[in-house]
Amino acid sequence: MYRYDEFDRQFVLERTAQFRDQAERRLSGELTEEEFRPLRLMNGLYLQLHAYMLRVAIPYGTLSSKQMHQLAYIADKWDRGYGHFTTRQNIQYNWIKLEDTADILQALADVEMHAIQTSGNCIRNVTTDHWAGAAADEIADPRPVGELLRQWSSLHPEFSFLPRKFKIAITGAPNDRAAVKVHDIGLRLHRNAKGQAGWEVMVGGGQGRTPMIAVTVREHLPENELVPYLEAIMRVYNLYGRRDNKYKARIKILVHEIGAEKFRSEVEAEYARHPHQTTEVEERELARIAKYFAPPRFEKLSRFVPQFEEAKLKDKDFGRWVKNNTAAHHVDGYTIVNISLKATGEIPGDATGEQMRVMADLAEHYSFDELRVSHAQNIVLPHVKLSDVHAVWLKLKAHNLAEANYGLVGDIIACPGMDYCSLATARSIPISQAISRKFADARKQEEIGAIKINISGCINACGHHHVGHIGILGLDKKGEEFFQITLGGSSSENASIGTILGPGFAGHEVPDAIEKIVDTYIKLRSPGEEFLSTYRRIGPQPFKEALYAAA
Amino acid sequence: MSTPEKGQVMTANRLRDGEVVFLTRAGIWSEKIDDAVLALEPQAAAALEERAQQDVKATAVTGTYLFDAERIDGKIRALHFRERIRTLGPTVRTDLGKQSQGTAGAFAAVEE
Ligand code: SF4
Repeated sequence: MYRYDEFDRQFVLERTAQFRDQAERRLSGELTEEEFRPLRLMNGLYLQLHAYMLRVAIPYGTLSSKQMHQLAYIADKWDRGYGHFTTRQNIQYNWIKLEDTADILQALADVEMHAIQTSGNCIRNVTTDHWAGAAADEIADPRPVGELLRQWSSLHPEFSFLPRKFKIAITGAPNDRAAVKVHDIGLRLHRNAKGQAGWEVMVGGGQGRTPMIAVTVREHLPENELVPYLEAIMRVYNLYGRRDNKYKARIKILVHEIGAEKFRSEVEAEYARHPHQTTEVEERELARIAKYFAPPRFEKLSRFVPQFEEAKLKDKDFGRWVKNNTAAHHVDGYTIVNISLKATGEIPGDATGEQMRVMADLAEHYSFDELRVSHAQNIVLPHVKLSDVHAVWLKLKAHNLAEANYGLVGDIIACPGMDYCSLATARSIPISQAISRKFADARKQEEIGAIKINISGCINACGHHHVGHIGILGLDKKGEEFFQITLGGSSSENASIGTILGPGFAGHEVPDAIEKIVDTYIKLRSPGEEFLSTYRRIGPQPFKEALYAAA
Repeated sequence: MSTPEKGQVMTANRLRDGEVVFLTRAGIWSEKIDDAVLALEPQAAAALEERAQQDVKATAVTGTYLFDAERIDGKIRALHFRERIRTLGPTVRTDLGKQSQGTAGAFAAVEE
């Protein structure tokens, strides 16, 4: 299980004490707002539309039951009884008081959590596959390497004042669930022809107002060269990245302005300049970190569990949920349970304190004390015995957590949008709720199959609309909300940026428009063909006709 | 209905708890938009700015800005839906925010 080392513990405690002092000095007037603002942002405290918002880091989206219990406690004691799990695998509280914040940070520190480096122009929380350490298709658990990068980049003096924020994502599996190609740096573990594992290094992906797919700068980098190589990338960025214009400051702009070839040669030149033996990661250090992520003590179990098979047959609802919400585990007799935080008509990613406690207890009893937060705003129990799945489901069902829509049309990603976010140009949650109600029929959802609808409330794209199979972007047109629809985006290993279909829609028109798109797909798909494949085969034209022809 | 008067309202978040507040004629900050003073002229708006800056210094509020609004039958309506959502609370959680505390503005966040 991931945990902080002694250095982190000390540091987080000091930081919490510092913040308590800073907040007191702000409240007493000793610090001005200009002085205080960067300090509160460094500790994850934002001012949002209705109140302060606290963003809490969840490294690798990995949580213990105890930590999840603490998140529930914070929600109940200092917020309004709920929290919002985000597409950055973090949690946000929407109704935080400045005068309570130091106590909350202390409560987080008590369970080795914090809100550091969730903002600012530094290397942010490294994100990864929410099935890491569990997925059947995985070559290796990517989290030790993620952790190595975190320790290397945290408070790194050279990389604390970058031209802009910097996000790294990492996957240890061929099926990319960490969206590595739309991050500043994406790392993918794979085997070369000789069967050796190594890292593909991709740079310059991103979303926001200029969405781009990352380019590969190294096909197959040995693991012990990762840190020095990334250091070379960061140096090139620090040197050439544009600090004059916020909108051109991300590394993606640099990579695409000078071109992949030139960027690659700059990085290689920088890399060659520094003899990297000196900074090469010692095997020992990685081994030490890897111990924190040691696999749990799995039992030797049969792949076939009669009572589980019977339960699926006897209870059709359970059977459907198993089919949609569980995924293959690399150990026989275990499965990955995906808990959808997208019950019909509910707010994507929101969970009440009570629901958090239920999930924490389930993790403690049935999943080696472990939970994950996915970037699709769901919660994962990574290691559940097949023989326990029915009991888990019954408990989830009693708390409105057993929606069988994982990966289906109801499993919508939506950012907070104008209902909470001060940067928003339109609301996104009500759009997702309306679509989810439109497709409430479970059988219909299954008939449609795998499809990702992603909604953002502004061009910052926290709702990942550019990489939704169907993307929805909320904009402000002369003081009215309107919504642009894109098709064909994907954040998988075959990543692509969606294309705008045509003129936008008023909010109340969006669910019908989505239905027309889905109906067109159903009409034109080949047997067994998923939405994205159909779109890539037939292109946007038939969808345009369906949407705009009658008008 | 009387003809609406158009002007600007000064808003902020209360420093200690973040609550959305509006500057009143008496120069205090109210949780209700209907208590706000509507600055009808640039001079009046400038006076609100000045007053707000003082209160930022005095650590009462933070994040001050003016927004466009109109007064209809004694009630104040923000012109932009963003500000109307701010006077009520999240449209997706009507059990939270001003709309649940009896301090909501009189106008809907968004008209259908
Ligand atoms: S996409 Fe825009 S509206 Fe949505 S959370 Fe990000 S900044 Fe806010």
